Parts: sequence; structure tokens; C-alpha cells
Amino acid sequence: MTTPRKQVHLGAHFPGVNNTTVWSDPRSGSQIDFASFEHLARRAEAAHLDFFFLAEGLRLREHKGQIHDLDVVGRPDTLPVLAALAAVTDRIGLAGTINTTFNEPWELARQFATLDLLSGGRAAWNLVTSSDAFTGENFRRGGFLPHEQRYERAAELVQVARALWDSWDDDAVVAHARTGQFVRPGSVREVRHEGPHFQVRGEFTTPRGPQGHPVLFQAGDSADGRDFAAATADVVFSAHSTFEAGKAFFADVKGRLAAHRRTPDQLLILPATTVVLGATAQEAAERSHEIRLQQVPGPTAIAFLEQVWGRDLTDHDPEGPLPRIEPDVENLDITRGRVRHVKDPRAIAGAWRAQADANGWSIRRLVIEVTSRGGFVGTATQVADAIDRHVQEDASDGFILVPHLTPAGLDDVFDQVVPLLQERGSFRTEYAGTTLRDHLGLTRPAPRNTRSYADRALVG
Amino acid sequence: MAHPTSSPRPLHLGVDLSDAGAHPAAWRTHGSQAQRLFDAERLQHLVDTAQRGTLDLVVIDDSFSLQPTRSTTLRGRLDAALVAARLAPRSRGIGLVPTVATTHTEPFHVSKAIATIDHVSGGRAGWQLGWSSDDADAGHFGRGAALSEAAAVAEAEEAVEVVSALWDSWEDDAEIRDRETHRYVDRAKLHYVEHDGVHFAVKGPSITPRPPQGQPPIVVRVGSDESFGLAARHADLVRISATSRDEALDLRLRLRAAAAAAGREPGDLRVLVDAFVVTGPDQASARARLDLLTELEGVRWDTDSLTHVGTARELTDTFLSWWEIGAVDGFVVRPSSLHTDLDVLVDGVVPMLRTARAFREHYNGPTLRDQLGLRNPANRYAAIA
Ligand SMILES: Cc1cc2nc3c(=O)[nH]c(=O)nc-3n(C[C@H](O)[C@H](O)[C@H](O)COP(=O)(O)O)c2cc1C
Repeated sequence: MTTPRKQVHLGAHFPGVNNTTVWSDPRSGSQIDFASFEHLARRAEAAHLDFFFLAEGLRLREHKGQIHDLDVVGRPDTLPVLAALAAVTDRIGLAGTINTTFNEPWELARQFATLDLLSGGRAAWNLVTSSDAFTGENFRRGGFLPHEQRYERAAELVQVARALWDSWDDDAVVAHARTGQFVRPGSVREVRHEGPHFQVRGEFTTPRGPQGHPVLFQAGDSADGRDFAAATADVVFSAHSTFEAGKAFFADVKGRLAAHRRTPDQLLILPATTVVLGATAQEAAERSHEIRLQQVPGPTAIAFLEQVWGRDLTDHDPEGPLPRIEPDVENLDITRGRVRHVKDPRAIAGAWRAQADANGWSIRRLVIEVTSRGGFVGTATQVADAIDRHVQEDASDGFILVPHLTPAGLDDVFDQVVPLLQERGSFRTEYAGTTLRDHLGLTRPAPRNTRSYADRALVG
Repeated sequence: MAHPTSSPRPLHLGVDLSDAGAHPAAWRTHGSQAQRLFDAERLQHLVDTAQRGTLDLVVIDDSFSLQPTRSTTLRGRLDAALVAARLAPRSRGIGLVPTVATTHTEPFHVSKAIATIDHVSGGRAGWQLGWSSDDADAGHFGRGAALSEAAAVAEAEEAVEVVSALWDSWEDDAEIRDRETHRYVDRAKLHYVEHDGVHFAVKGPSITPRPPQGQPPIVVRVGSDESFGLAARHADLVRISATSRDEALDLRLRLRAAAAAAGREPGDLRVLVDAFVVTGPDQASARARLDLLTELEGVRWDTDSLTHVGTARELTDTFLSWWEIGAVDGFVVRPSSLHTDLDVLVDGVVPMLRTARAFREHYNGPTLRDQLGLRNPANRYAAIA
């Protein structure tokens, strides 16, 4: 007896506002035009991917007190883009990153219920918790939330959102013209929530979506973040894409599920990864190196070092040796609006200097080496084998594929790698269901037990 | 001030797509597709119809609260901004105008949502500015008691100033992709809005580049002294309620005068009156349709603006008579039942308006501003430079 193969789950990430995205390539298209989003979503759907994915950042990044201008800057609003994509796709999941600190549960719950209804059950919400005062400057409450409370607020926000989604029965809308009964009596219940972060009361506006609740993603790496994922999420979006780190993360997070009376199949782990293909392994490696050079031009390399050194290094030649001057440890927020923690800058600087000296590397070469996140580089067969191995051997449940080119950067993966995964029996050849929960093998949340709930919440 | 009287003043037509129609019992009438009220394809079909009639725009109303039991049996609504976005890729020419209220929503979020609808529609977004003095809405957010109408409008006015500044916070040519210097944007063309007001402090710039129209048109419904002032100062399109031509004419002239007093060009204001319509092939059948709706609802239909019960020909004549004397620039049609009256508007009224040379044969261009005859405004930050 052989156990059935684990199925690979794949998402398509729209290129983001960091230096993974190569905007300088002549093939690079608009980051804003809807046609770019439509291209990626349609191609991903034709390849039967699980979902299309959008990231979010609520403040433009700054470096040395000015808007960081070397990477892609700016993007449209997450949810309207996904709603628009619902009009030009039929099956693919539509996953959007939305912050839990600078939003309110009533509004988010109805936006996601709306997206789920408008897309026929394809909505997913990647919950992120950034709470820094820098981002807060764009909102009326400013940086109001202490860092250690970010997941507390997120957890309570999800709790309220779920109560709102469950406050309409699935079959609430009957629309009986003759009797004039639009909703079944008792099928829409008032929600009352009193908690430390939210006081919410009222009858929710929007019917329960086809998925009951949208699929919930979580993308935070701290112990608190992992616990929040284990308690709450359906999918973890992680940065641990290498085999060893992936296995460790997979074991850690899935190991946290039992404490929440959940089973390993109820939480999927999907690291972000990149793919570079070639006709031969050699060609792929060369192409990968060219892409790294495009991703790290001289000024980007200098700006990267400045984050560790905490000082202006523009007088240094990116093709020359590393700075001999020591980091300014007082100035570690030189870059703001992105997730990066520099713990001990002097030690890092020392280690990098030693590494560069030993290998004869320039600043630029050093940065290319130390910012390499791995990713899959090889022939289509090698990449398909590697993806399958990660999944079969529990380093992940699949991947979120991050292209370096907009909008066609994943076309080769769809055309060459996906068919090989299908041949191995590891990836679907047709969508079996209509909702994202169907694609991910997740059960639909049961509606709340009406009777006991109605006792507590009386409709006015 | 010179007014181009030589070129005919175009007539503008919008339609309100809320619920199953403006009459609370519309969902109970034959063909209403009430079972599919929250189905995107039903809405898409309505927009297709409106677009066939080269209407200027559709309005999608919204509220954070469920319909009150006293006003209708209908229950439930979708987020209007997302509905507008969903309708964008498969429509052309027609403006998409959701209501987004500012009382409980951050101006930063409003700004990027409307800008994005403008991007995904190729310049067809509008924003019907909403505000709330409703206790139920305040209870959903738990941040304090409901505001008075005056306070809510004052906050909305500040919000519209922030949103508008955020739309300008990117100059149109900020994205440079300069391969020589490796700079993606020219940061001199990105601007901090540095708003520090009574209700909001917003730093900016927006995370979303300037929308194709520069400033998507702002729609304000006038129903109080406060909203009258807000409309005169900020609206591109004003929705008024009036039951007679004279009342509309008086309101329109006063709005234009107030706009001029606020330093605006009054010719940039489009004043549209809400028109409730119940149509039929003849008077008697239109009456019979209204009687049926009244019977289903059990109470008389209570409208607060121009209300037409009759044929397409009569409705056309009413439209022309209001428009020709300058009482209004056009109409926001509130079909009693969307599935019936919208077809009559598009297939009955529009062709007669065209024959009278009062209404366009084709869209004037791709954007909502094109339909409204409004130029894209200059960027306030670029103008200073
Ligand atoms: C793979 C990955 C992707 C993320 N994407 C986003 C994003 O798009 N927007 C955002 O605001 N934060 C993003 N984050 C940040 C997290 O949501 C979270 O705020 C941050 O990691 C701090 O939480 P932590 O201390 O638990 O890691 C991402 C994090 C990870 C690991």
C-alpha cells in the first residue's frame, strides 16, 4: 500500500515593492495598470493555481529620511484590485494582504464578505499586524498600538469578524415574493462584542459568503505570530523556503496546532519562493546570476549596507571593498516601512568584511551573496523535483511563487514546471471545486448553532 | 464671466443601482431576480444595459447598517466600492460611483480605494461622498456616540480635502524608471500632504499613484444647509431633490452662486435632480404598476423628489422641460424597479432624447470626466513648483 501523494499548493504573488522585482528590464511592464494584474491572474488560473496574491504596505518606504526611490514604489489598493479580478477570472482564489492595526473589524468583515460573494467563494485575507508609528502617521489614531499588543488586537479583530460572518445563516435569504419575507425570521442575528480592543454592536449588513469565512492567511514570524497562526489561520505565508529551514518551520508551526485542538491538515504552510529556469542547470545558474545583478545595482547595494551601518555610504564605490568605518549603532531606523531587524550591526559588519576580504568580493557582490534567499534554480525537471520533494517530505505544503518580472515572470513556470508536477500526480489538472477552500482542501466553517446563539443575541 | 452659450449644454443621466430598485417592494415584483440580489452577474447585466444607453454613470449606494425594518422588508447590502471595482473590467465609457462614507473610514483608505477603482476602470470612478449621524453605525465601531449632521458633514469636508490632496500626492510623471541612476521614481514628484486638521492627521504620500482622472469626480447629495455648503465648495456633481422645476432652478442657481462665492467656476458644477420613475406603455399600466407596488408594501410610496408615473414619452418631455430652462443639468434616475424601468429608460427615453439632440449618441471619451465635460484638474503640487 502506498499513501496517496501529498498535493502541492501554489499561489502566484504579484511582484512587490522591493528589489526582488526587476523594473529595469525592458520586458518589465506596469505595476499599476489593471492589464498587468489581469495577465498574471489569468495565466495562473489557466495553470490551475490555487490563488493569486497581493501584498500591502500602508506607507511608502523611506531611507535616510527620504522616499526610497531605487525599488518599485506604489501600488493600487488590495481589495478593489481583487474585486476587479473577480470579473475576469472564474476559479482562482483571490488573496489580499490587509493590516489589522489600521482597520476596523466591521468594515473589513463586510469587505471580505463582499469579495467572497462577488467572486463566488474565492476570497482570502492575509492578516498582517504592522503597528509602527511610522505607518500610523497616515491614520487618525497614529501609532496608537504598543508592539506587544499587535497580535492581541489581530486575534480580537478576527473573533469579531467571525461573529459577523456567522451572524447571517447560510440560507438566510429566501426572497419569498408572495409572503414578503426576504430573510427567514431569526436568520440574521445581532452581534454584541465587548472586548479590550473593540466594542461592536449591531446587525451585520452582508450575507454569509459562499466560503462561510474567507480563507485566513497569516504572515508573521515571531513566536507570537506563529501561535496566532496555529490558533487562527488556514495558511501561513512564510519566508522559510530552503529545505532545512522549511522543515524546521513546518515542524514548529504544525507542532503548535494540537494545543489549539487542531490537526496538521487544517493549516497549510506556504513559503514564498522564486524560480529561475534554464534549458540546462548551467544556463539557469547564469540567468539567475544576471537577475541578481539586475536586482542589486550599485546604489541598491550601497543603500543596503547603509541599513546596517546606519550612516551615509554614498561616497563608497559599490564595486570596491567594504567600508572600514564602523556602523553607527544609534541610527538603526535609517530605513523605515519595511520589515528588517538588524540585531548587532558591528558584529554583522565585521563578519561581512571578513567574508568579502576572504573571497575578494566587492560591496555589490557581498550584498548579492548575503541577500540571496535561495529559491529554485535549474531545469524545469529539477525545479519540479525540488518543489515536489519539499512538499512530500514536509518542508512545506507548497509555495507562493514570486516572479521578478511584471506581468509575465511566471509564464515559464506555468508552461514548463506545472505540467511536470501534474505528470507526477502532485498537482491538479482541473479545479475540482469552485471555492478557494475547495482548492486548498479546507473545510467550510460550520454556521453557528442558531438556537443557542439566538438566546444570547436578540434581534431588535 | 463668459459662458459658452453657443455650444449646447449637454444633458447628463445617471441611474441608481441600489437594491432591486428605489421602491421598497421592487424585489417582490416579477423579474426582480431577488434571489440573486448579491450576485455580481445581475449587477453586471444592469451596467451593460446602462452602458447601452450611453448613460453618464451608475451610482451604488451604501451604508454600514442594515436596512431598517420600518422602511423595507429587503435586507442586506454589499460594500459599494468593491461592487464598483467588480463592474469595472467588463464595462466601458460609463462612470462607476460608489458611496463611501468618511465618518468611520480613514481618508487614507478612501483615497486609495477610489483611486484604484479609477485605475482598474481606466478613469471612470466617481466618489459619492457619504457621512453618518446614525446611532447604529456608531455602535458598529464603538468609538463614541454618533455625530450630529453638522459635525458629520464638517468631518466629511475635512476628509474630502485630505483625500483630494492624497490623489495629488503623486505627480502624473513621478514614475521615471531611470536606468542611468537606477531610480524608479523621481521623489521630488511625490509629496507629503502633511495634513494636520481638526479630525485627521495624515502624512502621505498615498501608496497609490495619481488616478487617471487626476481627481475622480466628487458627488454630493444636498439635503441640508450643511451639505449645501459642502457641495458648493467641493462637489463636481450635485444631487438635489426637488419636486418642481422652479424649486430645482432656484437650487441650481443658488448652488452656482455659492460655488462662485467659494472661488470656483460655476460652470464646473453639474446639478442633477433625483427622478423616481414608474414607467409603462401607457398611463394606465404605469399607474397599475405603482398600485401593485403600493399594495405589496401596504403603504404609499414616499418620495422626496421629482416622481414620474407614466410613459417613456412623457418622461422624456419632463426631462426636456426641466433641462431646457436650466433647472438642472440632468437626472439621477431612481427606477422603481430596476429590471423594468432601466430598460425603458435606455430603450425608450434615451432614443427620444437623442432625437431631440439633447443626449449623446456615443461616449465622449473613455473617462467619467469626459462624459461630464470636465477637464482633468491640474495637480496642486505641480502647480506650485
Ligand atoms: C513572508 C512574509 C510576508 C509579509 N508580507 C507583509 C505585507 O505584505 N505587508 C505587511 O504589512 N506586512 C507583511 N509582513 C509582516 C508581518 O505581517 C508582520 O507584521 C511582521 O512580520 C511582524 O510580525 P512578527 O514580529 O510576528 O514577525 C510579512 C511577513 C512575512 C514573514
